Amino acid sequence: MHDLSAAELAAGLRKGDFTSQELTRHFLDRIGRLDERLNSFITVTADQALAEAAAADRRLAAGEGGPLTGIPYAHKDIFCTDGVRTSCGSRMLDDFIAPYDATVTERLRAAGAVMLGKTNMDEFAMGSSNETSYYGPVRNPWDTDRVPGGSSGGSAAAVAAGLAPLATGTDTGGSIRQPAALCGITGIKPTYGRVSRWGMIAFASSLDQGGAMARSAEDCALLLQAMAGFDPRDSTSAERPVDDYLAALARPLEGLRVGLPREYFGEGLDPRMAGVVEAAVGVLEGLGAQRVEISLPNMELSVPTYYIVAPAECSSNLSRYDGVRFGYRCQDPVDLEDLYKRSRGEGFGAEVKRRIMIGTYALSAGYYDAYYLKAQQVRQLIVEDFRRAFESVDLVLGPTSPTPAFRLGEKVDDPVTMYLSDIYTIGVNLAGLPGMSVPAGFIDGLPAGVQLIGNYFDEARLLNVAHRYQQATDWHRRTPEGFA
Amino acid sequence: MEWEAVIGLEIHAQLATRSKIFSAASTAYGAPPNTQACAVDLGLPGVLPVLNAEAVRMAVKFGLATHSNIARRSVFARKNYFYPDLPKGYQISQYELPIVYDGWLDIELDEGETKRIGITRAHLEEDAGKSLHDAFEDMTGIDLNRAGTPLLEIVSEPDLRSAREAVAYMKKLHALVRYLEICDGNMQEGSFRCDANVSVRRRGEHRFGTRTEIKNVNSFRFVERAINYEIERQIDILESGGAVVQETRLYDSARDETRSMRTKEEANDYRYFPEPDLLPLVLDDAWIEEVGQTLPELPDAKKARFVDDYGLSPYDAGVLTATRELADYYEAVVAACGGTAKLAANWVMGELSGALNKAGLEIGASPVTAEALGGLLRRIEDNTISGKIAKQVFEAMWAGEGDADQIIDQRGLRQITDPAAIEAMIREVMEANPKQVEQYRAGQEKLFGFFVGQVMKASRGKANPAQVNAALKQLLAGD
Repeated sequence: MHDLSAAELAAGLRKGDFTSQELTRHFLDRIGRLDERLNSFITVTADQALAEAAAADRRLAAGEGGPLTGIPYAHKDIFCTDGVRTSCGSRMLDDFIAPYDATVTERLRAAGAVMLGKTNMDEFAMGSSNETSYYGPVRNPWDTDRVPGGSSGGSAAAVAAGLAPLATGTDTGGSIRQPAALCGITGIKPTYGRVSRWGMIAFASSLDQGGAMARSAEDCALLLQAMAGFDPRDSTSAERPVDDYLAALARPLEGLRVGLPREYFGEGLDPRMAGVVEAAVGVLEGLGAQRVEISLPNMELSVPTYYIVAPAECSSNLSRYDGVRFGYRCQDPVDLEDLYKRSRGEGFGAEVKRRIMIGTYALSAGYYDAYYLKAQQVRQLIVEDFRRAFESVDLVLGPTSPTPAFRLGEKVDDPVTMYLSDIYTIGVNLAGLPGMSVPAGFIDGLPAGVQLIGNYFDEARLLNVAHRYQQATDWHRRTPEGFA
Repeated sequence: MEWEAVIGLEIHAQLATRSKIFSAASTAYGAPPNTQACAVDLGLPGVLPVLNAEAVRMAVKFGLATHSNIARRSVFARKNYFYPDLPKGYQISQYELPIVYDGWLDIELDEGETKRIGITRAHLEEDAGKSLHDAFEDMTGIDLNRAGTPLLEIVSEPDLRSAREAVAYMKKLHALVRYLEICDGNMQEGSFRCDANVSVRRRGEHRFGTRTEIKNVNSFRFVERAINYEIERQIDILESGGAVVQETRLYDSARDETRSMRTKEEANDYRYFPEPDLLPLVLDDAWIEEVGQTLPELPDAKKARFVDDYGLSPYDAGVLTATRELADYYEAVVAACGGTAKLAANWVMGELSGALNKAGLEIGASPVTAEALGGLLRRIEDNTISGKIAKQVFEAMWAGEGDADQIIDQRGLRQITDPAAIEAMIREVMEANPKQVEQYRAGQEKLFGFFVGQVMKASRGKANPAQVNAALKQLLAGD
């Protein structure tokens, strides 16, 4: 059952080939047997999942429910889940039982999807390798000595290994797309404002966006359809209707203008990765698309810009973790200062502390203009680059990451090299555009992905292009050895 | 050497919305600790603020009433600092682009002059919770009921030159926000609080001296005392050759002094930056105009009308329009008594205000309603009772013995105006005092007062004094 797509599972449930309870047990059983090799789940909610599956079976038997009813999914541990620990990968929230549901959780619950558990992630979504999690690193199912990418590494690994057909993710600088690429699955980060951030624990508020991860574009469409939509509880949520993603999947690609930014193919890109991207463009050309060379002249500024904006916002967002009301509190504080210093010092990991310090510095009196304000100005230039690009193309295509999955520990002590692995993805967050990663080949037995970047609220087109591409290729159908 | 004080006030007015500025929790005062704090107020992971439209409407009302500019686009910002009663570790406020800016307010000085005080800006922000340091031994309690309550921070230009001007400005603002019904003005509950920036300089000097900020003073009297203390303190320092340190000071009302709280060096770096969880607040002209149409008559306009329509002195009109409730009460009395507005003014400012002060009551809690007081004044107007008797009746009304007519009847206080009855009383008095009559008739006219007194006494105060006078004169003349 785990090799079926979510769309096929939904059909199977309706035909009576299996029940949601059988399906759920099957995935829970796989998690129980296989996840010790991956560490992709922080919390498995087996009892709750089976109860939800039973409820889904009743709905299905009554002829009710929608396309996700009875389908299991893995939920990134950044989304609040009422009554279930929501750790955000941090010691700080190790004992935090969320008293409410995130909007995404609520919507998936209403759709009848069955939550298998909460997936591992970089602490507070800060990381590109899933090595910053308090719960230990996640391993890549294609090579367990390698990282799955981050920060949604648990979700990516779980889907790649067939532990869940669908998973949620969040993406602040590439945290859906990069792990999707490194694990050989499909992932979409929609336009900023498309998916509500209510109940999604904040890292960098102006960049964070929830999205969908699955093996295929079609399954991503299915999941994103349920997640997306206006939410009055999130003031940055877009008040516009959601397109019918499934209906748009099969549209032909004739005349599609695919922009290839010169800057994405320069130094630092593994030539074999360039080959993967080139081959993917060839496939799209075969489907009627045409290539257009474009320029995103300020792309090289995206990494330094991002590493001002994101830490600045995180330094403020994470101030609430002070040991006073919830979360980790140090033993026997002697006074308030001690309570703050030790609770935060012991509760946060090294990467989180590094970013809080960078952000605090960038916002400090005397530095604000030189760093934060300048970064906001550069951010506008990046927005402008993409705006100009979309005057002549329908989507932008490039690599998702410069290299395939690297080894555990390889970059963990070199934050700058680690940060550079996000170079192709973070401009998309700074501009608030939708981006997607699609499996497009292998390098030394490791998956490689291409990234599709769309114009604002053009998720339907991204999914459409990815789907047509996946009908012509089978990279997304490959499964890692040992997880068949 | 003559010194001049330079004062600017920052006033925090708690906006009278039913729910908080960024959450749906109630803002009602006095609930048990932490029963009115929802997930947003607690700053739980994942929560987001949503701006309360009513708070925006109130801020705009204030801006329009103070001749200010209303920003078509204003921006919320985060003010970052750690404190246990600040759940998120930052306060959502407005920084570079406030909703209201560049306005003014006229205040009345003692000499009857007015002075225009500039309003630099007024911005929306959320209040913090409360730290309760006395409730638990060796521990501090945190009550987050107040966290997220909407505040309008109103910043004046440094246009004030004395503690009295500062208090006049503060009182004017206090009246205004209550007129606008955007703040209940309850200073004991902290709904209207003041920070004062004070510096001194030699008269004629144009540059400002180093200022200190006195935090959180919550009564008019304390503001005046704190500022005066601070002015004296700074002058003493400067005159003895020292320098004022820029710092934040606290006013201790028990000792009547200000004390250093933290110096500039110890001040927090708030690391303001635009609040990414909220979009810029954009207002259009039509909406602002719609809000403008809901403005009530404002204190200055009302005062002018009282002078014009009721023929009151500017002073009386000022007293009667000090609060909207008092002005409304006064107008209801005038309507009910149908008589002279001046008589009504005298009674409202005299007997009624005196009784309210004595009992420590606000006008809204007066046991004598405007209609009842009007009924009493009507009986003075139509000569049913004299002004002196009316005071007795008022006391009985205050004590809840009924309306004026009931009391007049029950106590038999109706004025005696029957000429025959009055003549009979006079004759009785004359018969009882033949010697005085003789002396009066012999030219001792100052005895007239004695006879008036005797007649009034005989009538137990009820005889119409004018009639008594006229009749006495006639009868004593010995016709």
